[in-house]
Amino acid sequence: MTTSDLSEESRLVATSSSGTNQSGSANPMGMEAGELVAEGVCAWFSGRLVLADVDLHMERQRVTALIGPSGCGKSTFLRILNRMHETINGAELAGSVELNGEDIYSPTQRATTVRRHIGMVFQRPNPFPAMTIEQNVLSGLRFNRIKTSNKNDVVEEALTKAGLWTEVRDRLSNLGGALSGGQQQRLCIARALAVRPSVLLMDEPCSALDPASTLRIEQTISEIREEVTVVIVTHNMQQANRVSDTCAFFLSENGKPGHIVEVGPTTKMFSDPDDPRTLDYVNGRFG
Amino acid sequence: MTVIDAAEPEALTTTQKPIKIAVRRSRADNVYRRVAWVAAFSTFVILVLIGVFLYLRARPAFDYMGYWGFLHTQVWNVSGSHPSFGVGSALVGTIVLAIISLIIAVPVSIACALFINEYAPSKLFGFFPLKGLLTSMVDLMAAIPSVIYGLWGFFVLQTSMKGLSRWLSDHLSFIPGFKVTTPTYTSSFFIAGTLVGIMIMPIITALCREVFSLTPLGEREGALAMGASRARVVKDVVFPFSKGGMVGAIMLGLGRALGEAIAVSIIISLTFGYPNHVLQPGGSSIPALIATKFGSGGALGAAGLLAAGLVLFFLTLIVNLIAANIVSRQEKKRQ
Amino acid sequence: MTTTSNTPSEAEATIGDPVVAPTPNDDRRRRIVKTRDFKPTDAALLIVTMLSAYSIVWIIFDQLTLLSGEFGFVVCTLGIFLALYWFVNLQIYGRHMAVDRLLGGLVTFGALCMMLPLVLLVYYVFAKGLPLLSFSRFTQTQAGVGPLSPISKGGFLHAIVGTLQQVVLAAIMGIPIAVLTAIFLNEIGGRIASSVRTVVTAMSGTPAILAGVFIYSIWVLTFHGYSGFAASLALAILLLPTVTRGTEEVLRIVHNDLREASAALGAPDWRTVWSVVLPTARSGLVTSILLGIAVSIGETAPLIMTVFGSQVMNLNPFKGPQAALPLVVYQEIKLPQKSAVALGYTCALVLFILVFAIFIIARILGSAWLQGVLRSRKGGAKGGSNAAIEEDLMSVALAPAMSMGLPRDDRSLNPDWGGEE
Repeated sequence: MTTSDLSEESRLVATSSSGTNQSGSANPMGMEAGELVAEGVCAWFSGRLVLADVDLHMERQRVTALIGPSGCGKSTFLRILNRMHETINGAELAGSVELNGEDIYSPTQRATTVRRHIGMVFQRPNPFPAMTIEQNVLSGLRFNRIKTSNKNDVVEEALTKAGLWTEVRDRLSNLGGALSGGQQQRLCIARALAVRPSVLLMDEPCSALDPASTLRIEQTISEIREEVTVVIVTHNMQQANRVSDTCAFFLSENGKPGHIVEVGPTTKMFSDPDDPRTLDYVNGRFG
Repeated sequence: MTVIDAAEPEALTTTQKPIKIAVRRSRADNVYRRVAWVAAFSTFVILVLIGVFLYLRARPAFDYMGYWGFLHTQVWNVSGSHPSFGVGSALVGTIVLAIISLIIAVPVSIACALFINEYAPSKLFGFFPLKGLLTSMVDLMAAIPSVIYGLWGFFVLQTSMKGLSRWLSDHLSFIPGFKVTTPTYTSSFFIAGTLVGIMIMPIITALCREVFSLTPLGEREGALAMGASRARVVKDVVFPFSKGGMVGAIMLGLGRALGEAIAVSIIISLTFGYPNHVLQPGGSSIPALIATKFGSGGALGAAGLLAAGLVLFFLTLIVNLIAANIVSRQEKKRQ
Repeated sequence: MTTTSNTPSEAEATIGDPVVAPTPNDDRRRRIVKTRDFKPTDAALLIVTMLSAYSIVWIIFDQLTLLSGEFGFVVCTLGIFLALYWFVNLQIYGRHMAVDRLLGGLVTFGALCMMLPLVLLVYYVFAKGLPLLSFSRFTQTQAGVGPLSPISKGGFLHAIVGTLQQVVLAAIMGIPIAVLTAIFLNEIGGRIASSVRTVVTAMSGTPAILAGVFIYSIWVLTFHGYSGFAASLALAILLLPTVTRGTEEVLRIVHNDLREASAALGAPDWRTVWSVVLPTARSGLVTSILLGIAVSIGETAPLIMTVFGSQVMNLNPFKGPQAALPLVVYQEIKLPQKSAVALGYTCALVLFILVFAIFIIARILGSAWLQGVLRSRKGGAKGGSNAAIEEDLMSVALAPAMSMGLPRDDRSLNPDWGGEE
């Protein structure tokens, strides 16, 4: 595996020109899977509370699944983890989120730096249509001004991890939009992995895809868990069962704000959960 | 693993307050935002500058004639021992011209927009792209330079309309303005107004067509499912939905008609006085006045023309702002 | 496992039997039934009614000579046709349908009324200009051409040069500001955005002549002289609203998903705009820029008082009056000399062809780009809004756009993430 030279800008430390370098954490520049801790996270949309006091510990090198019925705030919570929530007009939040001990909402922290270390894959595949496949994969490096010594290796590595290399290896100069849905999503995963994030957030990545692509992507998730912590929102309980180590069950009753009902190892959550509502949900009695 | 106890349903509020997110941007980002802001602000500046400079340069005219005097005076004598000039007749003429052009343009434009959107088959006889062709033709009409319209209007339209003008003055002279004092029917408000009407037709049509096409499919299908014919759908679904858009389109056409200088000045022979004969030669409009009288009259004349321009500026500004207001209000109502 | 028969006419499949989809070789595959509202009999009816109306009016006018006049003939034919058509449809189909048919007739007539001037105009421009067009016109100027010169002498080279210089300068000045303004309105937004948008809309209605008058008062009077550059300033003001609005429309069409993906990768805003939004909108951008240029080539009014016109070549756009194509047409066609009129006709033809060519190119580019956008979006938007975009892009850029304020169906293309998930 080639090492890429990461530029100064990519350190998840406070690098303001006044130079306070709080590199207390031992995490070597995001090449290892990171650990996310959320405490007391609340979210508002235009004054309306949609998430109330969510605490969640997403361990490194593990896959954490967020499950629960529609509309209970799972995606909102996910977007708070990489500071995408604030891009919406009227969105507010409270609480703290720490990556490897660093508060990502600290006033000295740049949102762009946070997002480079906490990547995201969206529900609908969104490769950049004006760029080739190769350019798509490298786009994250370009945006963050990360210099690499060998572009081809980076591209090959990312596409291999995403399970797309063999299919596109000889048409890397085709435009990114000219692929099937499943291929596009895998391209997005490759694009996200190319910048070597500590954490990868996935917002229902397979919901718009066919079963074959879904399977391939689940395989990718298992393969990358050593290097990248994965947090995945999914509606598909079987998928959560297949893929995750830990499950967090979100619920919002009768239009009340969403909150976590129960968190636990996947095997426990699906066989013998503590809360009766969890049992009902995983057995398909509602949702 | 920690298990969070299910909270009581009633206690699901939080004591926390939203945190203030400090937005830290890179220097490049800040530069980009500033530059874009300056560009946007400059459009605003240009508009203000137009008003300001027109006024400054027009001051001598206003000082000489007085504001009311300038608006009121009908003649345009800028030289000689006792100059006296004003936009009295030009202003009224502008409005008369605009009215004529709207009378001609609005029914035809709306009919054409309806045809393109509701009645025209996408593929005539299975292959001919009628709808697309018509839309392109309408757009092309909007792009044709006004001087070419003027050329055609002067040589072709004028000769064709002489007969109609004569008929109108012979048979409908009881309508105010239709009487003629001389049997010449060229270079009249009527012909100029018709030409301007033809020029604004594509604008109104294009916008109306766009508004019609935005009628929600659900409402349309609801009416069709109850057995409504196309005419019914138009009357009960399309028109009510598109009222605001249509008015906006018409007002935009009006704005364009008010400001048309070249075509009018090619057709009309410039005279001054209250426009009570639309079928015979003579008349004026502010844009035509400026275009024709430019270069003559010395310093006072130039100031006078600028003053006329200022009046036109306010007129079109008001019309456009009202139009924008109507449309945005319609949009808000729908939401 | 038993398979049920796959023909619909057989008895219903029993529950539990797997239903097999019809194979392509199935003879009894249903043919798509096309319903037509306007059957051949209706077409015959229409033609017969038209002929009847014509005959009746012909009798009244020519045989009984009760009325006269060309225009009257047409109007009466139309009136009688509509009345007959209504009556006939009323008898056959009833009132509801008759109203529909009548409206259809009126509306078709309206469309014809609108297309007729266009066709006549284009025909006239070509018919008059083409015979007088010669190669020498493109290489000569009006220098040395007097009132007694023959028709074939003289050319508009100086006007071509003038228009070229003026439009290029106007584009250089106006387009960056317009694009940046559109970026500000769409990407940055904020409280000032709606005011700016109102201003741009107001500016789009500003008469061309006022732009000329403004530049005259602010530049020509101050710096003592006409110049091509002054004309460029006026033309830049005129193309600002067109290009801003067209660009804003194009930027809005770019799916918000792409901006989110870019942000999620850690890109700062300017990077997202520069590397993702603008390249995605590239062809649409070019289209709206071309349309702005087409509009400024044809504007005459502002040229009168900024560049003034000239008979000779002036290669310096910054000093001294210049000629311009539309200005030549305006100034020459009303002169009594045949040579002047001839020059005006040929110039008008060239001007028209120029504008038409740019228009066609912009149209082709616009639809090619749209194919690309629609292809890569793959089932994101509903069919209705796609059709709307395709037809509206050109109209929006050309017509002073109220469409910025009009309700846009494509709000569904940029879903607000204020949703619950």
